[in-house]
Amino acid sequence: MSRAIEILRGARWRDIAARALAAVPLNYAVTSALTMLIARLLPGGAQQASVGATMLSFAIFAGVAMTAFAVRSVSRLWVGLVATGVAAGLADWGFIAWGGRL
Amino acid sequence: MKNGFRQSMAWLHTWTGLLLGWLLFAIFVTGTSSYFQEEITAWMTPEVRSVPADGPESFAAATRWLGREAPGASEWSIYSAGKRAAGLQLYWVNGPDAPADAPTDARLDGAGRKAEARETRGGAFLYRFHYDLYYINWYWARWIVGIAAMAMLVAIFSGIVTHKKIIADFFLLRLGKGQRSWLDAHNASSVLFLPFILMITYTGLVSLATHYMPWGIAANYANQEKFFEATFPWPAPAEKAGPAPLIAVAPLVERAERTWGAGAGSLRILNPGDRTAQIIVSTAPDAGMSVRPRSLTFDGVTGKLVAAHNPSGAATSTEGTMIGLHAGRFSSGVLRALYFLSGLAGCIMVASGLVLWTVKRRAKLADPDRPHFGFRLVEKLNIGAIAGLPFAMAVYFLANRLLPPGGAGRSDSEIAAFFIAWGAVFVWAVARPSSRAWAEALAATAASFALVPIVSALTTDRSLVASLAARDWVFAGFDMTMLIVAAGFGWAASKMLRRASRPMIGTGRREKSLPATERA
Repeated sequence: MSRAIEILRGARWRDIAARALAAVPLNYAVTSALTMLIARLLPGGAQQASVGATMLSFAIFAGVAMTAFAVRSVSRLWVGLVATGVAAGLADWGFIAWGGRL
Repeated sequence: MKNGFRQSMAWLHTWTGLLLGWLLFAIFVTGTSSYFQEEITAWMTPEVRSVPADGPESFAAATRWLGREAPGASEWSIYSAGKRAAGLQLYWVNGPDAPADAPTDARLDGAGRKAEARETRGGAFLYRFHYDLYYINWYWARWIVGIAAMAMLVAIFSGIVTHKKIIADFFLLRLGKGQRSWLDAHNASSVLFLPFILMITYTGLVSLATHYMPWGIAANYANQEKFFEATFPWPAPAEKAGPAPLIAVAPLVERAERTWGAGAGSLRILNPGDRTAQIIVSTAPDAGMSVRPRSLTFDGVTGKLVAAHNPSGAATSTEGTMIGLHAGRFSSGVLRALYFLSGLAGCIMVASGLVLWTVKRRAKLADPDRPHFGFRLVEKLNIGAIAGLPFAMAVYFLANRLLPPGGAGRSDSEIAAFFIAWGAVFVWAVARPSSRAWAEALAATAASFALVPIVSALTTDRSLVASLAARDWVFAGFDMTMLIVAAGFGWAASKMLRRASRPMIGTGRREKSLPATERA
């Protein structure tokens, strides 16, 4: 009985740790990649686009952080975030490689 | 998580709030005081009497002063905080033949004389602390503050989601009902002031946005410097070409003010007294809602307009206005008071949330006389943060009046007094039973705030009575605010004292028999 509770408790801490890692460091990487993408896509010139994307980034980060603690499945959370980050990062790389930077 | 959306958000709200609540409380309290940064500095330099006549003549007087005191400089700059400033702040870069220890800054009063005041950081110390902290590297301090602010944003959003009856909570404050009252206080302060609290958190992050999220710039600029050069132009002085008299600055400042329809706030003069001289006039911090200044550059010999900088673009305007909303420098007296009250509501929100964590769990403790380590830690940290920081601020103001006015390193001693006082409350909280420590720390805070006007009256000739008679609203307002804050903490201390000496209902804790004298 007590062993079962201990296992449950361990599972709960692992669950929280996996979500916290997704909500903070992984979230920061994904938000950074998305911010770069938005900075390349917004109109109005490089400077305005950079400022606009930077301001939006905090809303994205807060949204992802909440999602990390709201969704049911931790594995789908990780897969979804990593996929988003990789896709956005590849797009960023493409924009910079072909479009260049100032 | 497994219990549905609202429960998982409640969990997130509790733990992000608790983990960073103590730091957030310190940020909120010192940030709130910064709405009166100029007034605090004025109060902390009682020797300075006259406030400069806002306008071109005070800049001209400062230029004449610099011409006498720093003629060989490669750059002069003169800053005014706007209409509320207690003086002009001057900086200059000495020429190559000046001694290495020659001064590079000074403060002038309205008549263009050097302000001879006690050395103090004044309100600027509290302002800088609210995002740069102290004793640690500013780079990491800003990251720590940013993490706290982001946790706050997440706590706010998850708090909104957790709410079932958001409208009812506007009107609900049941006093004297234990846990229910703490929850009502937490809800009332956060729901009623939600627009402000959400605004101040998001705009706070935007204020240091490029520090936290440099990737938006990196997407478009290989070199970050290029972005900053385009965004904040800061021309360097040219190679000197030979002496030529500097043109009178007052007409240039007047012309700039006419062009903008707003007051000038700073003057930068490159190579004064040289043929290559340039004069850059910028708008005052209270000239508009956006914090991004407009500027006009004039030739320093002929007075011809050379360049105009006018930050424009949707994103720049939005950013500048968001930071302007955060700092509130544009605001008039009434709006400033509302800012201050909203900030206080934020402080109450954080403090009541922290207290609520312990109140909720105390009822469930297995043995209320010996709570587990985590509970005790939170209780002690709550006392040290919520009573300790205000106590430290009162001690900071008292130190300003009690330390000898002339001593070297005086401003550092004031700041040391602040941190020693804060640390002392933590030590006291650990050394005493928690409910006693609460009452005693709150009472000490109330007493110190009440002492501030008294000590000020005894050590300067600007007592509350004298200030009221002279219609000096800055000094009178400061002293009266101290008394109101003292009354607030006194009320809290008396509530705690009564609770500490009465059996706790529903927790199974029995009253310890105390001698009557100790109970009073």
